[in-house]
Amino acid sequence: MEMSLVFGLTALVTLAGAVAAVTMRNLIHAALALAVTFAGVAAVYLQLGAEFLGFAQVLIYVGAVAILIVFAVLLTRGGEVPVGGVHACGWWVGVLVALAVLGTLGWAAGSAEVAGHGPEVMATLPVRELGEALLVRWVVPLQVLGVLLTAALIGAVLLAWRGPETGAKSEGNAEEGSWTR
Amino acid sequence: MSAGLFAVGLAGVLIRRNAIAVLIGVELMLNAANLNFVAFWRYGAGGEAWSGPVFVLFAIAVAAAEAAVGLALVIAIYRHYRTANVDEVDRLKG
Repeated sequence: MEMSLVFGLTALVTLAGAVAAVTMRNLIHAALALAVTFAGVAAVYLQLGAEFLGFAQVLIYVGAVAILIVFAVLLTRGGEVPVGGVHACGWWVGVLVALAVLGTLGWAAGSAEVAGHGPEVMATLPVRELGEALLVRWVVPLQVLGVLLTAALIGAVLLAWRGPETGAKSEGNAEEGSWTR
Repeated sequence: MSAGLFAVGLAGVLIRRNAIAVLIGVELMLNAANLNFVAFWRYGAGGEAWSGPVFVLFAIAVAAAEAAVGLALVIAIYRHYRTANVDEVDRLKG
């Protein structure tokens, strides 16, 4: 079956990108692997017939979020591999918890019954209907989302803003830094 | 696949020292959840016609806001502590 083969390849690439994104020592490489993972998820959206979501995923994640992460790495000099290793001190606990979650989720997904089968031919949904649904049925959540995005971006700018009066002496020592907010 | 993606993201949150790597793990988990929404919308039993994609759109927008605020926080913490290592930011430790 052609569909399952394509899906298997996409899933393989996506999961490999995800594993690479969390295990690579260089953060720039990790961000690039993350972009591969996002592109794989977008491909799965396209296969599932959610055409608009696939393109939105490419625009937002592969475009914006990956570049944002690369810039944050640049600004924090995170590209250098630290001397003490990249893992937190209790990293094996994290691995154990993640394996337990994987086992639980896999068991749940394996034992759940799929209630109904989707259509054999994945029809792509027209974007026009999605726009009508967004602007008629879900118009209030859409406005709330716009307000949330505006507030979040203003907050991000405020957080990352150095401030005019403290910028000159920000090269001081770490403990008594010039961060006053 | 979604479960695997979520588990890898969770591992990324828990085992990395750099705060940006932790945020990468969070993004992976959000993507896994969105993938679940689309898959269950496509294969699940009925429901409203457009609820799955619309919910994923909202989730993507909220995740974008979260990423922006999170990275700004990382930059602010880096300015203050001169590090992005989550093990060293321990001033609230009792």
